[in-house]
Amino acid sequence: MEAIIIGITKSAIRLATPYLYASIGETLGQLSGVLNLGVDGVMLMGAFSAFYTVLKTGNLGLGLLVAIVVGAIFGLLIAFVNVTLKAEQGISGIGFYIFGQGLSSVLFSVMIGSVHTVNGFPPLPIPWFSDLPLVGEILFQQNILVYGAFALIPLSWFLLTKTPLGLNIRAVGQNPQAADSLGVNIVRIRYFTVIAGGILSGIAGASLSIALLNVFQQNLTNGMGFIAVALVYFGAWRPLSVLNGALLFSTVNAIQIWVQVKGINIPPDFTLMMPYLVTIVVLTAMAKRRVRPPAALNKPFQRGEE
Amino acid sequence: MKYKRVREILTGLIPIAAFLLALLMGTMMIAILGINPWVAYQALYNGAFGSINAIADTIVKATTLLFVGLGICIAFRAGVLNIGGEGQLVVGALSATIICLTFPDLAGWILIIIALLVGLLSGAIWGGIAGFLKAYFNVNEILSTIMLNYIAVYGMNYLLRGPIMDPLQVKLGSFIPQTARLPQAVDLPRLIPTRLNLGIIIAIFFAILVYIFLWRTTIGFRIRMIGQNIPASRASGINVPKYMVLAFFLSGALVGLGGAIEVLGVHHRMFTDGSASGFTGSAGFNGIVAALFGQLHPLGTIPASLLLGALLTGANKMQRVVQIPSALIGALNGLIVLFVVGSEYLRRSQARRVELITEVGYNSKHKSKKEDE
Repeated sequence: MEAIIIGITKSAIRLATPYLYASIGETLGQLSGVLNLGVDGVMLMGAFSAFYTVLKTGNLGLGLLVAIVVGAIFGLLIAFVNVTLKAEQGISGIGFYIFGQGLSSVLFSVMIGSVHTVNGFPPLPIPWFSDLPLVGEILFQQNILVYGAFALIPLSWFLLTKTPLGLNIRAVGQNPQAADSLGVNIVRIRYFTVIAGGILSGIAGASLSIALLNVFQQNLTNGMGFIAVALVYFGAWRPLSVLNGALLFSTVNAIQIWVQVKGINIPPDFTLMMPYLVTIVVLTAMAKRRVRPPAALNKPFQRGEE
Repeated sequence: MKYKRVREILTGLIPIAAFLLALLMGTMMIAILGINPWVAYQALYNGAFGSINAIADTIVKATTLLFVGLGICIAFRAGVLNIGGEGQLVVGALSATIICLTFPDLAGWILIIIALLVGLLSGAIWGGIAGFLKAYFNVNEILSTIMLNYIAVYGMNYLLRGPIMDPLQVKLGSFIPQTARLPQAVDLPRLIPTRLNLGIIIAIFFAILVYIFLWRTTIGFRIRMIGQNIPASRASGINVPKYMVLAFFLSGALVGLGGAIEVLGVHHRMFTDGSASGFTGSAGFNGIVAALFGQLHPLGTIPASLLLGALLTGANKMQRVVQIPSALIGALNGLIVLFVVGSEYLRRSQARRVELITEVGYNSKHKSKKEDE
């Protein structure tokens, strides 16, 4: 029993990684007032580009770097369409999703063609800590992208609550008119958060293809990017609560995988359905809370308008 | 007056410009892949229009896109985004299939009508769930519809791999996840001896119906009004949550009907490759493109669906002839969406400027100048 719990907890920690990167990135964007629904498409592009680089060069660091660059380019495009062109953010997000999914499929069929595997980031035990009983095995024998994801939580919390930049981000999302009149450059702040979000989505994709699963196939993410957006609502735009949500989902995933591997007699389609069902239930349950989304979310800024 | 005409023409040109721009990007991508774009587009054209069969396939593909597009029109006009086309197609098709397999002895046309109605109703319920959660719990409808898509697909996979799997597959031991072929009596009548069936006529009929509904009835007017201005609608006594649910319900109904017609008219059985697109061919997403491309107008969606249907049908041929993955059209569809929503702001600000300068005079000209700074 103990071994089962350790196994599930350990894989839950691992599987939280892509959710954490993508959700924290989305949190930054949403706090500044930009709803980016293209996360899943960017994740797919990040996953593909990292995987392809590693497949051809074997260089994991380079793979991660390429995913970051691709994520940044997508972030820039998303910011351009949503901030500069003031597009309806719900629809443009779906556009980016369809585009990213299509492009990653095309590139995959042309440049790779069939399913390969790569050697992803190896576990990196942290000296001393990894020898601790229980906790050592669960927390400190993971790979570097897992550590990075968890380090992101205190970092983003610090950025958002303790720095002038974080204050500006939240001001731009709550009351852009006031922020504007105080001389905050709204366009620059929103470009910053959306590009940061793109980079983090790219890393989220890379964490799947070169650290957790070590494969790429068409539509690898299977809607993970949308769940990541849901986690931002779940976490009420606070990094620590986003972490809780990510762990909830990764635990559901880990149990689902465990049930399948053990051959327990539940149709796999029902266990696979769980994360999506849980998302809807959780979103509904969260709806009646008193937490409100950033006031300017999904509203392009036009100087001089109410 | 003169400027208004200019504006109308500009509005009509934007989707076409968006389409050409996307095509240009596609050309560049094809060239980068090291293939002569001219040869590729020739294959695409032949695949879509090269023979009677090709044209029939194009129209068949457009049928489903039109149903989805019409559903999207109603939802978007009400100000809610229905991204759940994939799920609603699957649910509609699945329930129609189950009805036909359960009551094979009913007279053909009665069974057809019942199956289509059941498909329509189950799509409506699937969409209605998202509408209900949006209206009464403020759950983001994009997220809920996406999740409902996955739930529908895994439900379909479960049913096709177990309870309603073709008994023949079980006997042969090949276990391909598909149902038995539906009784021939429920095949939709063919218009000419190709795959072209009654579906397109029903789809166009519904396009006209949706147009009349949205622009000539009180309920349609109220649905459009909540899409324009929720506070004003509330002030004028419209029950906003009720109409929001209704819009989603009707949206899902049209998509569900499209799914049922796809089964009865084209495949005559339900099958899965594990993902939604195996059965739907991503029509749930491409229908969004058709609706946006048709300016969210039911009648505009008809030519838009035909054009996209041609692209998608041609892309299969292009894949066979010059080995360009048909997913390229998916990428181009994403670009079309982005160009259309991206240009919306330019069009609006252009229109506003024209209005300000011509119709109000110096003061507002001054003001609009100030806005530019």
